[in-house]
Amino acid sequence: MNTAQEDINTLTEPKKTISVSGSVALLEGLIAEGTDTIFGYPGGAIMPIYDAIYDYKDKLKHILVRHEQGGTHAGQGYARTSGKVGVVFATSGPGATNLVTGLADAQIDSTPMVCITGQVYAHLLGTDAFQETDVINITTPVTKWNYQITDANEIPAVLAKAFYIARSGRPGPVLIDITKNAQLQMFDFEGYTPCDHVRSYRPKPNVRKEYIEEAAALINKAKKPFILFGQGVSLGFAEQEFKAFVEKSGIPAAWTILGAGAIPTDHPLNVGMLGMHGNYGPNVQTNSCDVLIAIGMRFDDRVTGRLDKYAKQAKVIHLDIDPAEIDKNVKADVPVWGDCKETLPLLTALVEEKKHTEWLAEFRAFDKTEQEVVIQPELNPESGEMTMGEVINQLNILTKGEAIIVTDVGQHQMVACRYAKFNHTRSNITSGGLGTMGFGLPAAIGAKFGAPDRTVVAVIGDGGFQMTLQELGTIMQSGVDVKIMILNNRFLGMVRQWQQLFHEKRYSFVDITSPDFVKLADSYYIAGKRISEREDLVSSLEEMLNHKGSFLLEVMVAQEHNVFPMVPQGSSVSEIRLK
Amino acid sequence: MSNSQDIEINEKQEFTITVYTENQIGLLNRIAIIFSRRKINIDSLNTSPSEIEHIHRFNIVINETEDVVRKLARQIEKQVEVLKVYFNTNEDIIWQEMALYKVPTDTIAELVSVERLLRENGARAVVIRKDYTVFETTGHREETDKLIEVLQPFGLIEFVRSARVAIIKSSDGFNRKLREFERREPGQDVIENEFLDAEKNVFSM
Ligand SMILES: Cc1ncc(C[n+]2csc(CCOP(=O)(O)OP(=O)(O)O)c2C)c(N)n1
Ligand SMILES: [Mg+2]
Repeated sequence: MNTAQEDINTLTEPKKTISVSGSVALLEGLIAEGTDTIFGYPGGAIMPIYDAIYDYKDKLKHILVRHEQGGTHAGQGYARTSGKVGVVFATSGPGATNLVTGLADAQIDSTPMVCITGQVYAHLLGTDAFQETDVINITTPVTKWNYQITDANEIPAVLAKAFYIARSGRPGPVLIDITKNAQLQMFDFEGYTPCDHVRSYRPKPNVRKEYIEEAAALINKAKKPFILFGQGVSLGFAEQEFKAFVEKSGIPAAWTILGAGAIPTDHPLNVGMLGMHGNYGPNVQTNSCDVLIAIGMRFDDRVTGRLDKYAKQAKVIHLDIDPAEIDKNVKADVPVWGDCKETLPLLTALVEEKKHTEWLAEFRAFDKTEQEVVIQPELNPESGEMTMGEVINQLNILTKGEAIIVTDVGQHQMVACRYAKFNHTRSNITSGGLGTMGFGLPAAIGAKFGAPDRTVVAVIGDGGFQMTLQELGTIMQSGVDVKIMILNNRFLGMVRQWQQLFHEKRYSFVDITSPDFVKLADSYYIAGKRISEREDLVSSLEEMLNHKGSFLLEVMVAQEHNVFPMVPQGSSVSEIRLK
Repeated sequence: MSNSQDIEINEKQEFTITVYTENQIGLLNRIAIIFSRRKINIDSLNTSPSEIEHIHRFNIVINETEDVVRKLARQIEKQVEVLKVYFNTNEDIIWQEMALYKVPTDTIAELVSVERLLRENGARAVVIRKDYTVFETTGHREETDKLIEVLQPFGLIEFVRSARVAIIKSSDGFNRKLREFERREPGQDVIENEFLDAEKNVFSM
């Protein structure tokens, strides 16, 4: 008897059909979509798919995670570094509900994912069957699209639609729930046809020439134009187009944390980070520019601070692929609908070549102040305990900005985003919109699978590491090479900072104790080291980076150090505090 | 950012949102949560087929500012299975609601001239039985409300009002586009769960 795969291989002549199970059709579809890695966890309702994948080990790498949430974050890390769609498998019931955090994170950060969940037999739907949960309705608010399949015949077309929706337009997570009978059902498989069109779905709005012209006219007249860019640039694979626009127009450009790296950190027109813990100049200058050009960013409240005091003096040009983002938080004077890969070159063609030397010098002046008051003391402290900033700074020096930096959520995240150097796009992997503690470790695993030739360093807090540390098991079993750096301040530092600044130092449940992380790594056969002295920092970072395979470096840093600058919640961006 | 926000835009008023969609299970939930997550109450919701096979329409009535309604409309239109969203004030639409009223036949027959009552309120009798009578009226909210008041003294037993259905006054252009759209690429029948019926012994309610 032929295996299903051998049968599939004969599927060359057009219109020939063969009888396969829904599970086999699913795997064939994944391969046709270019999937090479799946992050998953088996269980009763998805067993037919796992039975099928047993025969596909040579074509599909399945990474057994230790918790389905870890699977979703790994899928996100993979998608973010590779530019492909992350694929995750989970069983019904608890397996499916464990996906929710990762889906919500992917939804708010526009990460393309296809999650497949097993479901109870169709005839048991609605009966409170064992491990039945209404995953479609649970995940509706956190998916771009979802669908329940009850008949194997639907599998190829629905999977194709799922991939198309996940990766097109503004990307996002899609979930397909497949009942067990459909996974088992034999049906006539006609081969897999990718989808490039859904009649009710417009991935991107049509480009309107008049808006491009209006935008160019505003930019050409501007004395103090300012660019804010977000992840839309890299999601649209428009880094080159963006660089050309910035360089021709000569306009200073600042980034949201998900936009970081779309142009290199050291680019002369890259003036730094926006938002609550962003750089001094970009925040203040938002309220003194005359034309604000927002590209693929959505004016999150962590970026804008108090909205009624945000860029009121400026004309706003907003380039976005998602019409719902235009005017959502900040009213656009010129809405440039469309994919920035298309709109940016049109705009570049119409803008005049300029230098804006004086205006740029204003940014440099703000930077000088920030360097003196904040950055130099943070990066090069002469005494006292180590700071998070100096650890990142030494890492920059050793990796020369070539590494992928994955962060968790908290003070270390803001410090890493502020100070990490990126020469390349798709290198700053962080949970932006949802701020999901526990994201870092599993996302780093996925990031490495998505970019196997690059060094991946996960920067994680002592608190967040304990949320998904079971994924050390995934590292152990898969042998993936991830450098893990725990910046241990013995606190839920970001919350502690707020309690210090805004709650009279009433430290309420923020002093967190930790296990011996190095011993923990050791029990997973992962090499590790703990340091608390400045003199050991460089050599230990070198040891970590040069180590063959994963390595955990725990750096004991100052306990009660705060991240500055800071735009306090409810303040305007120009009221940013340097201390 | 421009400061020239119309005062009018910031005043709450009744808007009827018309949503053209595929006929897809689960879409109602996707649309409903766009309102509920923003703590916006839906005053009235109706789903029905449209004039074109395979294309459904929702009529949703809310009381909100134009600014909010525009944002909501964009969020709805973003859903994969939504074709088009319109929002209109009451001046832009023809709308009706239908109401049913159940009253005891003896009281009503004894105390009033039923014929006059019906005439004055644009109502008609749907069912007349020995024990009860059901009237129906169709119109705007004030009209259906008025009949409640009229019938209350006669022991109104039950009252129910339907959701609003609305026709957009200037919909010709869109209808042509929609017909052409369906002709070029016909929609598909919705796949319902045939298993639930097949397994009567398992699923019972
Ligand atoms: C899942 C989750 N729970 C709670 C929070 C709230 N939160 C944000 S930062 C933070 C502290 C993080 O502590 P740690 O991981 O040690 O990082 P640090 O700030 O100390 O660098 C907390 C509790 C969150 N973002 N995510
Ligand atoms: Mg900490």
